[in-house]
Amino acid sequence: MNEYLLKGLLFIFIFYISFVVLAKNNFRFIYWLSVCYSGFGLLCSLSFLLSGQSSQSISFPLGLPTTGAHFKIDALASFFLLIVNLGSFVSSFYGIGYGSHTSEQSRTLPFYIIFLGSMNMVLLAADAFSFLFFWELMSLSSWALVMSSHQHKETAEAGFIYILMASLGTFALLFALSLIAAPSKSYCFDQMGKVSMDGKLASLIFLLALLGAGSKAGLIPLHVWLPKAHPAAPSHVSALMSGVMTKVAVYGFIRIVFELLPSQEKWWSILILIIAGISTVVGVLYALMQHDIKRLLAYHTIENIGIVFIGIGLSMAFKIYGMTAASALAMTAALFHALNHSIFKNLLFLGSGAIQSATDQRDMEKLGGLILNMPHTAFTFLIGSVAISALPPLNGFVSEWLLMQSILQSPQLPSWGMKFLVPSVGAFLALSAALAASCFIKVYGITFLGRPRSMQSTVASETDRWSVLAMYALAFLCIIFGIFPRLVIHLLGPVVRAIAATHYFPLSAKSFFMPLSLVVDQNAYNGFVLVLLLGIFLFFILISVKWLSSNQFRRTPIWDCGYPEKSPDCQYTANSFAQPIRKVFGPFLFATKEKVVCSEPWYPKAAKMIVKLHDQIWEYLYKPVAMAIDRISEKINFLQFLTVRRYLVLVFLTLVSLLGCLAFLL
Amino acid sequence: MIKNLVFQCFDAFFLLALSPLVIGIIRKTKARFLLKQGPSLLQPYYDLMKLFRKEVTLPDSASWLFKATPYVVFTFSWLAASLVPTFSTNLLFSKTADLIAIVALLGTARFFLSLAALDAGTSFGGLGSSRESLIASLAEPAMIMIIFTIALVAKSTDLSAISTFMISGQAGLRVSLWLALASLVLVAIAENGRIPVDNPATHLELTMIHEAMILEYSGKYLALLEVASQLKIVLYLSLVAAVFFPFGMSTMGSGISSFFIGLFTYIAKIGLGASMLGFFEILVAKMRLFKIPNFLGAAFMLALLATVLLFVSRSL
Repeated sequence: MNEYLLKGLLFIFIFYISFVVLAKNNFRFIYWLSVCYSGFGLLCSLSFLLSGQSSQSISFPLGLPTTGAHFKIDALASFFLLIVNLGSFVSSFYGIGYGSHTSEQSRTLPFYIIFLGSMNMVLLAADAFSFLFFWELMSLSSWALVMSSHQHKETAEAGFIYILMASLGTFALLFALSLIAAPSKSYCFDQMGKVSMDGKLASLIFLLALLGAGSKAGLIPLHVWLPKAHPAAPSHVSALMSGVMTKVAVYGFIRIVFELLPSQEKWWSILILIIAGISTVVGVLYALMQHDIKRLLAYHTIENIGIVFIGIGLSMAFKIYGMTAASALAMTAALFHALNHSIFKNLLFLGSGAIQSATDQRDMEKLGGLILNMPHTAFTFLIGSVAISALPPLNGFVSEWLLMQSILQSPQLPSWGMKFLVPSVGAFLALSAALAASCFIKVYGITFLGRPRSMQSTVASETDRWSVLAMYALAFLCIIFGIFPRLVIHLLGPVVRAIAATHYFPLSAKSFFMPLSLVVDQNAYNGFVLVLLLGIFLFFILISVKWLSSNQFRRTPIWDCGYPEKSPDCQYTANSFAQPIRKVFGPFLFATKEKVVCSEPWYPKAAKMIVKLHDQIWEYLYKPVAMAIDRISEKINFLQFLTVRRYLVLVFLTLVSLLGCLAFLL
Repeated sequence: MIKNLVFQCFDAFFLLALSPLVIGIIRKTKARFLLKQGPSLLQPYYDLMKLFRKEVTLPDSASWLFKATPYVVFTFSWLAASLVPTFSTNLLFSKTADLIAIVALLGTARFFLSLAALDAGTSFGGLGSSRESLIASLAEPAMIMIIFTIALVAKSTDLSAISTFMISGQAGLRVSLWLALASLVLVAIAENGRIPVDNPATHLELTMIHEAMILEYSGKYLALLEVASQLKIVLYLSLVAAVFFPFGMSTMGSGISSFFIGLFTYIAKIGLGASMLGFFEILVAKMRLFKIPNFLGAAFMLALLATVLLFVSRSL
């Protein structure tokens, strides 16, 4: 059956991608087609994961000569296919409605098709050439999508930085894969992992893979492009880039490091944990400082990718020291969080898109009170906010709980470095969860609650029904996966067994619905009973309060200390909400400069507060490199204006020196 | 099963009935140490009855979230409090949520309360909400480190298992547990908004945190939120009692006499804890808002030290 599955996927891909030529302004048709395409992919991946069959591969005489193009579906690929297609299914649905709010569809539609198709193909590719080909196609098509509103100056800058970082990433992956391919003399993934490898070479490959996949996933310090590029695209594409494309990068990393490399070195996991721990905290702190709702969500992606990589790093560490059960637990947590993040991040980006099309605003400081005008968006956004803040009883909490439990497995690790590192990573995780909650109190409170801060916000109306449907579907999944986490764990079974050689949560026929609780070393979390109890308690309270209390109420003006101030500008703003946290963490992390400009007391003029934040990584890592490149290019600029004779001399000299090098080396 | 259910229900309602008394004890202790008579121990009950009977005033700009929040906060706090073992371990639903989940349930309650504070559109609400977020963000890592410490000693994050382990005396005298206890007390003070972090008795905007968040609430909604914050204090007191002073606790399935011993020792422990809290509150003054990071930083360092000690050595 799997053979047909894979063939079907490839056939549907070709069918789908061929519609690029037709994609101009008939957006409804294209988005419906995308819905069908990703729906088919979703069904295929689900059927593969549930049937528990072995992998299936297929090859075509395309691509590199003598190698051909290989495609394979296995547990790992199909789980990520599930993430990709779930995200694109809902986003395409959203696109049907969203398309009617925007003009110039021809700028996005063809690239949307290529983007969706290439993400699927990266997951199915089973040789280095097709993997890199589709990876690059994914980067380029998403770049084109980012550039779709190219008239804004910011977008152009974002696109420039994005294409630079994406090229860097592909470049690193190209080297990583060719270094693995060289000793095994094959570009096919099946043969590549089989040869034993020198430790130093393996470490180099690991670093390159971390650079390549990490830059696409947005790990700090490779994150600089992400908060610029993700918000610049149309909202449903931002949702895909943030929620789904980063997961493709996670997939690439797991595929290369856990499968293609024969063994892992000890210090790799330490490096991953440090980078991931920093990413979680720094990502969420950056997010807290943003007022642009989409940019804020993009920064949160950095945090969540950090959480996923914490799980991956722990899993690797446990695997190296032979603790396979703990390794399986950590990998379960990481993959579970990857799925969760794709769900709630999609939901939140779609919500921000709905806000943007209703108010034409992304700046939170100009919004407010939307809960009255956009009840459905407000409700689903609330579910997403609770889920991303890792609060029970929704899905975000389950994966963080699993990760906490796997951290508690770590005292058995014999390495001293790990003994000190892992508890601090746990503290980072807790800090980031609490800061994420603060951040979403800010987002939700300033955007949806309070009084409207602008005209657009006052007159905003609910978005179209397709978008609402898409958001409700995702909110529903947030709730279901929180109450029945076993559903996801069951799907994850074959994946975790493929990576970690065992499965923490034993698979039995019973475990699909019963027992509903997650049990790690007798520590239990039972989302279903928790929700049941909450319901019973709530019911009791509602009844007794109704019986006990007076049901009279009246509307009154808010308490204003006797100085009525009608202007909504007197409310707390996003900036003032984040001020205490900025004051505590800012000086160290952002080199914040706050300046209050007050006019003289006798000259009535509004006072002003200027806050300057600096991205330290940008200042100290990227700026020097950019400046060095600038300086070098200035120095060699004269080469552009030589005569033909001189160019010929240069060509001759280059040839001679290259031949000399060859003679020296051989 | 039925007996177990009865005990669990008794636990939940017992906590609900007890929680206003705890506030009464704290206030009485404070008053007596200040050489005042102070209100009756039952005054919080009278206050609640009065609030329930009063008419509710809703701010003009408030949405449905404002009305739903008191119920959400109350339900989550009550559930979290009833999942902590009080007079007995291994109650019916003790396997529903471990310590990490219980703390996270309180997090959900706080999330909704902070949102409701922003809903009315006043600057007071935003002020309280923003400060509460700061405190919560700083207290959370410390709390997780405390949980790690306890979990590493007792080899579990399940509170019933932890209590059983601590009763058995296998833990012995450990430096890390004392550090964790110190840290837990600091975190509990911060989380419950007691002096020196927040002063529940004042309505001065320079110092308000929790009171600023619930400023717009009145009538039954205010009553629900008051009970929720009282339940939270009881939760932290029971947590300290269950983990560090678990003596006298009965376990499910043992006889009726052990149940009564458990109940009376629990009441004694909570009463003692509440009066110690009241005594502590008259000794210190409220601190400046931006000193709180130092306070919670100390709590975090204590707990981190405890965890690292356990990672490094099995016996400390």
